[in-house]
Amino acid sequence: MSSNIITLDHGSGGKLTMDLIKMFTSNFRKNNSIEMTDSAVFNSELGITAFTTDSYVVNPIYFPGGDIGKLAVCGTVNDLAVSGAIPKYLSCAFILEEGLSIDELESIVKSMSKTADSAGVSIITGDTKVVEKGACDRMFINTAGVGFLQKKHKLIGSGANVKPGDKILINGNIGDHGLAVLSIRNSFTNDIKSDCAPLNNLIKNCLAVNDSIHFMRDATRGGLAAVLTELSEKVNFGISINEKNIPLAESTRGLCEFLGFDPLHLANEGKVIIVAGDGWKEILKTMESHPLGKESRVIGTIVDRYPGRVVLETEIGGSRIIDIPAGMQLPRIC
Amino acid sequence: MEVCGGHTTSIHKFGIPSLLPDNIKLLSGPGCPVCVTSRYFIDDALECSRTENIILTTLGDLIRVPGTETSLYKEKSKGRDIRIVYSVLDALQIAKDNKDKKIVFPGIGFETTAPLSAAAILQAKETGLDNFYILSAHKIMPPVMKALITEGVKINGYICPGHVSVITGTEIYKSIVEDYKLGCVVSGFEALDILQSIYMLVNQIEKNQPALENQYTRAVKKKGNKKALAMMNRVFETSDDWWRGIGTIPGSGLSLKSEFKSFDARQIFNPVERTESEEEKGCICGKILKGFKTPADCPLFSHLCTPVNPVGACMVSGEGSCATWYKYKREAV
Repeated sequence: MSSNIITLDHGSGGKLTMDLIKMFTSNFRKNNSIEMTDSAVFNSELGITAFTTDSYVVNPIYFPGGDIGKLAVCGTVNDLAVSGAIPKYLSCAFILEEGLSIDELESIVKSMSKTADSAGVSIITGDTKVVEKGACDRMFINTAGVGFLQKKHKLIGSGANVKPGDKILINGNIGDHGLAVLSIRNSFTNDIKSDCAPLNNLIKNCLAVNDSIHFMRDATRGGLAAVLTELSEKVNFGISINEKNIPLAESTRGLCEFLGFDPLHLANEGKVIIVAGDGWKEILKTMESHPLGKESRVIGTIVDRYPGRVVLETEIGGSRIIDIPAGMQLPRIC
Repeated sequence: MEVCGGHTTSIHKFGIPSLLPDNIKLLSGPGCPVCVTSRYFIDDALECSRTENIILTTLGDLIRVPGTETSLYKEKSKGRDIRIVYSVLDALQIAKDNKDKKIVFPGIGFETTAPLSAAAILQAKETGLDNFYILSAHKIMPPVMKALITEGVKINGYICPGHVSVITGTEIYKSIVEDYKLGCVVSGFEALDILQSIYMLVNQIEKNQPALENQYTRAVKKKGNKKALAMMNRVFETSDDWWRGIGTIPGSGLSLKSEFKSFDARQIFNPVERTESEEEKGCICGKILKGFKTPADCPLFSHLCTPVNPVGACMVSGEGSCATWYKYKREAV
């Protein structure tokens, strides 16, 4: 590990986060048969089960397009759904800062309930802790979730069936969540809204249409770049991405250029990357017919060249690599 | 050679090197403010931050730059009050909101950011704000561009910095063309801007007619931004300055005039005078900044020196040559 203390970079979803995960798994992992992706997928008495957990610490707790409660439900539902599971049950644990208004807490709870209803999941257990003022930032939420898979979808989280020629699809504009939160935090005025949404219904439709889905992942922290680089390293194939096909809102593009951010590294909370074989056209059509997938695109292809690397063909026909971000993106100086 | 970190990023982001013929090679010069700033500047900023009642405000890129022993980022993790701001005017606002604290802003960058520091100081003076200080490592462009030629860097023309030129106008490069017979084209940042600038320089070279040309006419005027220049000249005066990897260049730095010394963090918090030393062993940032070498020539590049563990300054800033190479073209693709 590069440094002997935790810095904010360790939570950025980039290389330093990966180092921490390695430390955790080397200590915790006793059963190698459990597939570890966004969710753990394993055989249980209830069938093939997916289990995941995530903590939510977003600041501010309300942002354009969502709030911490909506995020806490969507994030966990999506982690289950991209593993090929049908999400069923969620837990929720609150860490509340002394002084938080109860009205505010209830509005977040209502938002969680509404989101859970729309995703068709039940929040069935929870916990509450209150800490002294200053010991947390208004509220932190942890949710854990359980879902169930059909046997034929068991390898989707791992990408074991990914092969050259497969197409890479995404369900719409990237980078909006990261910039929406950054904008409200810094009082930037714009129309950028978080894409925060439960993706399980869109994914369920896609899984039902044919059996060509070989991999799925939601592009959260670390953005599209982190998903693609991790996948290419894992399956040891190259990934060729065409920049002009990556959906990006004009306002997001503009703010990224202004701040020196790479939209490929920005967080999303309602974007799924699907890698599909021969039946990809039907998958794309199914994505497009869902309200959360109207802007769906094919953005690239799995190739047998440059194994373990993601190469972007730029809008002017040049090429460059896409890399996992090292840490937090910082605004440039000039 | 481009001498602007924004150009270096654009060039690699658009994959321009992969499109150029073998006989056109782009070199990245000393155009990234973080890369040319002395690591002792970080030590000075850290020393300021250790004073009681200080809030150190900083632009993002600077926070990860290693000083001699630690960085602002590590000190922040240990609990020091160090805040990332998007502009020096945010730092000024923090000063207005925290009258019981002293706010220090490390000012780095070229003619692009120096007028903003000047504006903040003028505003502080006007409003009687007495808890705001600038630690200046601001620099100006023309002296270093000339110093590189004098040192014998083999280049055939400069892609001149677009943002600097918005402030300064195009005339600052005139003597480079006249005295050194080297073409200068002021360029924008879009792919077509850069390709057109390369084309304009190639034309000059083919006709053997070095000239000062402005490709970025939609933003850059001959005389620049007079108001910004006036503010910069009101607050700052030129002084000899140290450039990391290059050395001292006469008249290349910007120091606060004595009239504004009550805003000068160096005067108030008195960081010790330091003698500049060599770079880390094996690091060739200096040679890269001068265009003698590329990141691929460095034995540390991508093994011992990475964005997570930067050894040299060129790997720290997102706009540094090494970080840009690491991100966009680590291996030939």
